[in-house]
Amino acid sequence: MEPIIIEGTPKTPTVHFDSGAGVFKLEGRSIPENSVEFYKPLVDWLDKYKENPLPKTTVEVKLEYFNTSSSKCILDVFKKLEIIHKARNDVEIKWYYEEDDEDMLEAGEDYESIIRVPFEMIETAD
Amino acid sequence: MSLNVENYFRNLLTDDVIFSYKGDISSEVINLILDSVERQTKEANDPSKIRKKVYNVLVESLQNLYHHADPVPGDFEDQGSRRFGMIVVNRNSSGYNITTCNFVKKNKVKQLADKLDKINKSSIQEIKEFYKFILHHQKITPKGGGGLGLVDIARKTGNELDYQFLDYNKEYAFFRLSIDINSLQDN
Repeated sequence: MEPIIIEGTPKTPTVHFDSGAGVFKLEGRSIPENSVEFYKPLVDWLDKYKENPLPKTTVEVKLEYFNTSSSKCILDVFKKLEIIHKARNDVEIKWYYEEDDEDMLEAGEDYESIIRVPFEMIETAD
Repeated sequence: MSLNVENYFRNLLTDDVIFSYKGDISSEVINLILDSVERQTKEANDPSKIRKKVYNVLVESLQNLYHHADPVPGDFEDQGSRRFGMIVVNRNSSGYNITTCNFVKKNKVKQLADKLDKINKSSIQEIKEFYKFILHHQKITPKGGGGLGLVDIARKTGNELDYQFLDYNKEYAFFRLSIDINSLQDN
């Protein structure tokens, strides 16, 4: 599978989805006006990846900001991971939040309560 | 005599204003506003917790204008703006205030007012549950938000959303939304 590697911009995150690596990354800011346009290729990619996933998939989410338009799209990404996990593959979501950023921690906890995939909440220095 | 938008805007410009804008709300304009206000909150040395809340609320406020502002009425002076909006950001000792204004067709006023009233009547816990419910169950709209913006603002600020619909003409109201972000938050 061709990896998806996207450089971050002030409004969209850095994406590193590489089926050869087993660690997928989503990092930076996700505040585009049209989030669906940005996330659709990622969701489609995971749709294909789930047919033949690695035994262990780790997804690292290190977002500084995300808008409500992205929040739904991020859920769609996680739903694909849930399917992979349900098919008895090892999946983990590492949710990073900056020290003092309770809003970001709570956002991660929201996803954790909706998606049946193990989450790890990781606090980072500001 | 319909509302004079220019005068209304001028009256919002008090001494505490750190940023104001009136005109077309394009994606590029949103970038410029975000950059400017982010720079100023950094320069003011506000704690990162407050800076992030201000940034988040600003993103949602501007994107609400971008996605939901109705086209301007035919008799309005600024016919060049595809999406006309106003935004004023205030900073004082108690924190920040973000006020936005836009045109809303009168047939949509009740729905929006009901939504705001529902949010304002809810406890912070109810708002959090409401947010999660919409996130989980509501289909994504072509506009992308699925109606989460206002709920998110209320959740992040913990404050009531102060609003007003001013009469513009038979077809249009002028909607003002005013959001406080307290400088000292313990919640």
